[in-house]
Amino acid sequence: MAALTSQPNATDVARAWVLLDALTDPEIPVVTLRELGILRDVRAGDTGLEVVITPTYSGCPAMGQIEDDVKALLQAHGLQGRVVTQLAPAWTTDWMSEVAKDKLRAYGIAPPHACASEKTGAANVVQFAARGAKPEVVHCPQCGSSNTTETSHFGSTACKALYRCLACMEPFDYFKPY
Amino acid sequence: MNTLNTQHPTPNAPVDYLLHLADNALILGQRNAEWCGHGPILEEDIALSNNSLDLIGQARMLYQHAATLQGGGATEDTLAYFRDVPDFRNYTLCELPHMPLMSATAQGDRDFAMTMARNFLYSSLMVLVWDQLQNSKDAHLAAIAAKSLKEVRYHLRHSRDWLVRLGDGTDASHAKAQTALDQLLPYTQEFWANSPHETAAMANGTGVDLAALQNDWNQIVDEALQEATLKRPADGGFVPTGKQGLHSEHLGFVLAEMQSLARTHPQATW
Repeated sequence: MAALTSQPNATDVARAWVLLDALTDPEIPVVTLRELGILRDVRAGDTGLEVVITPTYSGCPAMGQIEDDVKALLQAHGLQGRVVTQLAPAWTTDWMSEVAKDKLRAYGIAPPHACASEKTGAANVVQFAARGAKPEVVHCPQCGSSNTTETSHFGSTACKALYRCLACMEPFDYFKPY
Repeated sequence: MNTLNTQHPTPNAPVDYLLHLADNALILGQRNAEWCGHGPILEEDIALSNNSLDLIGQARMLYQHAATLQGGGATEDTLAYFRDVPDFRNYTLCELPHMPLMSATAQGDRDFAMTMARNFLYSSLMVLVWDQLQNSKDAHLAAIAAKSLKEVRYHLRHSRDWLVRLGDGTDASHAKAQTALDQLLPYTQEFWANSPHETAAMANGTGVDLAALQNDWNQIVDEALQEATLKRPADGGFVPTGKQGLHSEHLGFVLAEMQSLARTHPQATW
């Protein structure tokens, strides 16, 4: 094993990418951090690898776990690294890959609609909250029906809302656009 | 604590201004967390806990930023747990208990209408404030604002929805929602009375001009109240001064519960 304080080389970075590419989300273990858009970069720093992650919800308890998981994985393979949290640009569900969305659906979570078109500015943030601007149709991940209804704005985690399918009657989570 | 990728191009927001924003989020987050295990239905128990997680997460980012600027060994924990009532810069609105104010001080039943009315009034302000702060000259504050805006929009949607359901619901729910509004709305007058740290933040381009947001805020509130068939009480009377450190009697009880563990075991880690 190389000295822990040595500057990592390109091989170390490549090895770390391969390892981290397979690291899954602690809360939704069917998708990887990279597919979710949380893992942004792996680069060589002066004293070790720097793994850049962008936090999701401000209070998401999984973020601490993610940092621990990244460090443990690197350490188990003789790599020394630290996690760098990058706030800007803010994480958005639009960074989720199509593969990730398919995996979410198969896992029973309706994937988020795009929010890239959402505008900021007073009029738009108000419109978002008003009753007439309820989320677009969410398809049931079980039977595919569009005949669904929102049970609660917040589901098992802050990032999800609770829905119910009126066709197959199954409850399900919807990953909210962020 | 993780390592923030923090770069501080000048100018930075005044520390007291960051503490004002952080204290609002922390104290309201602590209040909403009092519903954890006591929600009227399971879904609302979870919703309010998630709302608290967002707010406490926002507070942490703001405290970390403030601690870096302040230096002298300050951390997010010293700022949250080792300051006293006169040091806190939150709106008085955020520290009030979840019950009609004449009923008691520290004890009493939680009133869901009070909780929803307060979350609505605060979130209606913060969608506008975070939206503007995305343009703050303090780049780190702008980054926090962009994240917080995404979250507070859901808080506003949630609380607005409930305010309408309660106001336009049964006679009993309407009466409770109207009482909550009558009691809480006067506290929002504090929003529009500038404090020295807000003026300083505005002057160096890191803060927002709240007076310029008042019309938009009024519009959000009035539209929701109309839909909820609720009456807006007249302005006037006492203007609270919580953001200047002069609080109601309630904040001390909030801090006692929130800070006692950290003060009993200083420097403990978990």
